[in-house]
Amino acid sequence: MSNLVTNAGHAHGHDHGHDDHHHDSGEMTVYGFWLYLMTDCILFASIFAVYAVLVNNVAGGPSGHDIFELPYVLGETALLLFSSITYGFAMLALYKGKKQQVLGWLFMTFLLGAGFIAMEINEFHLLISEGFGPSRSGFLYQVNKHGLTATNKTRLSCLSLFWHFLDVVWICVFTVVYLMGTL
Amino acid sequence: MANAHSHDSHDAGHGSVKSYAIGFILSVILTVIPFGLVMFPTLPKSTTLAIVLLFAVIQVIVHLYYFLHLDRSIAQRNNVIAFVFTAIVIVLLVGLSLWIMFSIHTYMMAK
Repeated sequence: MSNLVTNAGHAHGHDHGHDDHHHDSGEMTVYGFWLYLMTDCILFASIFAVYAVLVNNVAGGPSGHDIFELPYVLGETALLLFSSITYGFAMLALYKGKKQQVLGWLFMTFLLGAGFIAMEINEFHLLISEGFGPSRSGFLYQVNKHGLTATNKTRLSCLSLFWHFLDVVWICVFTVVYLMGTL
Repeated sequence: MANAHSHDSHDAGHGSVKSYAIGFILSVILTVIPFGLVMFPTLPKSTTLAIVLLFAVIQVIVHLYYFLHLDRSIAQRNNVIAFVFTAIVIVLLVGLSLWIMFSIHTYMMAK
């Protein structure tokens, strides 16, 4: 990976001369955060593989088909999707330099994210079949709280990536765990 | 000049109200249809499964494009390369693991 970066930088320097420094440290930080998310992606994928192998071996206990409530999951999905778009609007406000709007949208995102986590925690009374929910949600909540105090562009950009990335992971969760589990 | 250009592509990489709205509406459609098909079964099971999986893949792509702003611009090139590499790793990791585990399962059951 570091090879990629240095190669790209090198080629760039060739094109425009050595005074081109628009790849500032902020952009590199966001890129690094993206690489971290990609490793996170691999981690989630391996947990999905474990889930797929174990899902039918319930030793006579309740399977997903018996305990999932799809309307509830649809509600969770809606909250997360709305929070994705409110965070998007927060980023748009950030690039226009409107601090009050940024904080407003971030607060909306926080409320929606908190609602999602409240629903998930509530659901875990029933759900014992998957191991990745709680740790993921805990992390999400932590990062969300952190976002309220951060006014730094780079940090908000990273959080933006993280937030939308979690939504992508949630698509995989509701498809593989809930929909395929109920089918 | 070079600066102004990089600023333009920078802005394009952050999307707009319109692009977020399009992504949102597409996501709603791509979420509601599979949920509806599973909650109110009308199609054969295998067809439903295929549609659910297909819609999930499309929705992931919609999110990557409209929310995470992965596209073919130069600014996004390294991010896209990293993502494609990760996708290959995931296909190998998950695909081959499941292949191994399910063929073990099949052979064990056959005895």
